Amino acid sequence: MEMIQNSLQKLQEENVQLELHIFNTSRKETNKGRPCRTINFKPKEKSYNLKKQKSINKTINSSTKNIVKNTKKTKTVKARTTTTRKTDVKKSNNNKTKFHQLSITCDVDTLRTLIRKKSVRVVDVRRHDDYKKGHIPTAVSLPLATVLANDTPEGIIKILQNLGISNLMPVVIYDDTFGALAARVAWTFQYVGHTNTALLEVTFSKWKSIGLEVERKINKFSATKHSISLNNNIHADASYVENISILPKQDLQNNVEIDLHVNSNTVQSKSPDISITNPLNNKIIIDSRERLNFLTEHIPTAKNIPYTMLGTDTSILREGKELKRFMENRGISPDSEIITYCGSVGTLSGLAYYAFKLAGFNNVRLYSKSFKDWKSLGKPKQEFKEANYWDLSAE
Amino acid sequence: MKKIIKKNYSIHKNVLVKRNSSQITKSHNPKWGMEIETKNFANKVKLYRQGKISDDDFRRYRLQHGAYGSRLNTEYSMIRIKIPGGEINPEQLEKIANLSEAFSIGSAHVSTRQNIQLHWVQLEDVSEVMRGLVEVGLTSRESCGNTVRNVMCSHFAGVCTDESYDVSPYAKAIARFFLRNPMCQNLPRKFKINFACCSKHGLASIADIGLIPVIKEDGNRGFRIYLGGGLGAASFIGHLLEDFTPEDKLLATCMATIRLFDRFGNRENLARNRMRYLVHETGWEKFQKMVIKERTVVAVTTSELTRIQYEYRKENESSLLSSIKISPISEKKLKLPVLNDDGNNTTESKHQGFKRWFNTNVVSQKQLGYYTIFITLGAGDITSNQLRFLANIIRDFSQEHTARNTPQQNIAIRYVEGKDLFNLYQKLTTIGLANPGALSIASPVGCSGTTSCNLAITNSHRLAKEIQKKLLELRYDTDEDLKSSTIKISGCPNSCGQHEIATIGFFGGASRIGTSMAPVYTMLLGGNSDEKGELGKTLIRVPAKKVIDVVLKIIELYKQEKHEIQNIEQDPKLPFNNLENWISDISKGIGNGKIKNLDDIKNLLIPVIQLATIEESPDSYQDYGNDTKFTAKTARGECAA
Ligand code: SF4
Repeated sequence: MEMIQNSLQKLQEENVQLELHIFNTSRKETNKGRPCRTINFKPKEKSYNLKKQKSINKTINSSTKNIVKNTKKTKTVKARTTTTRKTDVKKSNNNKTKFHQLSITCDVDTLRTLIRKKSVRVVDVRRHDDYKKGHIPTAVSLPLATVLANDTPEGIIKILQNLGISNLMPVVIYDDTFGALAARVAWTFQYVGHTNTALLEVTFSKWKSIGLEVERKINKFSATKHSISLNNNIHADASYVENISILPKQDLQNNVEIDLHVNSNTVQSKSPDISITNPLNNKIIIDSRERLNFLTEHIPTAKNIPYTMLGTDTSILREGKELKRFMENRGISPDSEIITYCGSVGTLSGLAYYAFKLAGFNNVRLYSKSFKDWKSLGKPKQEFKEANYWDLSAE
Repeated sequence: MKKIIKKNYSIHKNVLVKRNSSQITKSHNPKWGMEIETKNFANKVKLYRQGKISDDDFRRYRLQHGAYGSRLNTEYSMIRIKIPGGEINPEQLEKIANLSEAFSIGSAHVSTRQNIQLHWVQLEDVSEVMRGLVEVGLTSRESCGNTVRNVMCSHFAGVCTDESYDVSPYAKAIARFFLRNPMCQNLPRKFKINFACCSKHGLASIADIGLIPVIKEDGNRGFRIYLGGGLGAASFIGHLLEDFTPEDKLLATCMATIRLFDRFGNRENLARNRMRYLVHETGWEKFQKMVIKERTVVAVTTSELTRIQYEYRKENESSLLSSIKISPISEKKLKLPVLNDDGNNTTESKHQGFKRWFNTNVVSQKQLGYYTIFITLGAGDITSNQLRFLANIIRDFSQEHTARNTPQQNIAIRYVEGKDLFNLYQKLTTIGLANPGALSIASPVGCSGTTSCNLAITNSHRLAKEIQKKLLELRYDTDEDLKSSTIKISGCPNSCGQHEIATIGFFGGASRIGTSMAPVYTMLLGGNSDEKGELGKTLIRVPAKKVIDVVLKIIELYKQEKHEIQNIEQDPKLPFNNLENWISDISKGIGNGKIKNLDDIKNLLIPVIQLATIEESPDSYQDYGNDTKFTAKTARGECAA
């Protein structure tokens, strides 16, 4: 009980500061009178403005309370769900217990088959209130905020166990934010060792709009054991990134902000082939924020692949071959090591992480604490101040 | 049910006919683009990055495909999408929305030459944007460089009450003929062709070739063709080639002019290589004879193979509409539709808003019962969401299912039925596209300026938006006296913002004021873009942060003079009836009030433009959008590359 109380308090504290930057990619407010930038989607799905953000945070708050309440309840509802558990296991031909091995994304048909066979754990990472209004059948609720509030390997393992996810069980994750929230959670699961995790290739809105099954009941499964096995080679922290973000000497002015423009031929050399601009090795930092945020400031040597490039109207990620072509156009070779980052909590860059995976890159890392962490540590930044590009935005 | 009928039927011969299904789902694909070009471009970028192509060669190649280098940063490009004749369909708008979201900044920008520009696209992604454009039949090919640029056509062509016939098919046929045509791949400089619908609309007087449709008494179609006009460091109004050029000589005239320019144009002096300088230096009479002579040569030597590439009849796709009744002359001053006051779901304030919008954003067409409505943009900017929304608006409300973008950086939606106007307005309000003022002084033009252009000295783009905001705030769009006046702003002397043809025009520069540099605008008064055309006259240099004050002061002075005259005379017959005339008279030195000429008005404006010292007001020495000290930074322009 004390533990629950503690974690609740912690959650609330986190929520106060939680910058759900996905709904508000505010840029640095240097100039007076510029409008604050928000991400907009199509009319129907759009307008997460600042006001709304507050309410989002509020609901996250209340939904986390719900979770705590629900965990208390689970003890009493165990009986019903254990029967479900047994059928999770699928028998294969050679009579050994075997789970379906998922790839990076999971298409709608595969998921529906798995749901029918009851051999998948579907994870809904939207706000708990949205979950309650309807979700994919058998899905459990795990709001992104809960993951972020427990973002230690032990915390995540505990979450997996509470959701009844065993070591090899397939897990398919979805959201309604073009895949970015789902991607962050999926990456987190894979980081602590649950490799059999995939992103649903569509958002919940899409799922609903094509008329697929939606249920409203709150699903609970009895807790299981899950072992921990950290996947350190998909994670990067500030010092890791810093080691590969070093610009040629003359551009570093005692670690202060670098005002970079094109005429300083050193960095903006005509070749973006990173192995040349960054002599260290074949490691490439990818900034997945939108173009204007990137132009304003970014980690030195980073290349910009805005998250908006990655998906389509119908799918959270484009086809692998198309993504591969984008990277090829940029001269990024598939044997490069990629480190993705975004504004604050690793959602946009989580999606970028999976985009690189889908494009056939084996060596990809997520700088999960991203640019917010980088800035708070006072690390050097590259800026571009020679144009008033923000004034082109019609928002 | 009503909606379904609307969607699936359209008017033909004044009866409802079911549209065939392909019309509903897909617009005609005009096929301006070519897929092979996108692949080639991607490869060229790779070769360039590998150092296998020189900077100069690559720049030339890039410009030929419509990608400019972005301001002081060659990693990025501005892609200028050609919209020939300004005609753009819903699928194209949606595609541009998606491409901008994916590869640009989530906004698109309507230019003063009916292009749509995507800014800050990474060079490596340009081929991807081109690929998307090809899918919907668009291209950026030859929208930059020394080529025939986007062929413009008045957005009123086909609906203008004063036109003699619809020139749209001719404009598109000429555009198609010269696009990728070997004869104009490396002209001395860019070349601009403008088709007007009447002598008022369409900027015929300021193009290399400007054309106004006319019908002779015998019923034959033809044009009044103006040559050698254009705006820039030195601007010229075009010269009339002959009283009447029959339509069958249109192609030969254009070819002859371009051939002469290619042969004799100045390839040495970058500052004087537009055709207007050739015309000026040759002397009009001589140049005129040369064109007529060359035209004869062209006519007798052009092969059938070449000739068949010009086929305006094929460009005429709007036959559906030709059957709509044209209102007879007496009805030309059409009555505006009566608002349907059902009062149920419409509040008073919404009606007020509608009336205000209606006043400056709706024009009746020559087709009885149909209207052209205008979407007021801020200096041409529109978000991806708005573009997608607009695409559906066009599908639902325009009987021709396409829109046209305008040189005033707005978007025109035509063939809207009177009964739909209020509904349409209400829809537009939901996404911020219902601003009034499109056809008034409150829709200033602003080029891209320092937001993306290498040559820019000032942030003309933001300034245009700031002025618009102020004028709308003051409700000056509702003032009939101000309606016909225009404000146009360029960020440097190069005139992309067409400041010379504005009632009040500005171009950006830098000046030392006191001890410090400050962004300033040179103000011109009295320009217009009628067939005869008038270039604005330079008046004074105004600090950027004083431009709004100066504009407001001019309006105030006008009102004062009008008021005084009205007070003196019992039955006042005003010698001027609006701001535009008043300024025009003053710019010619024939003002009727106390202010007679430019010196008079200058003296009255000088007190307004005084800046406090930099210590007292550092902000006054900064440009819009900057909170740091102003410096004029430019890089090599690519217009002439
Ligand atoms: S007028 Fe000058 S600043 Fe404006 S777009 Fe043209 S070249 Fe650039």
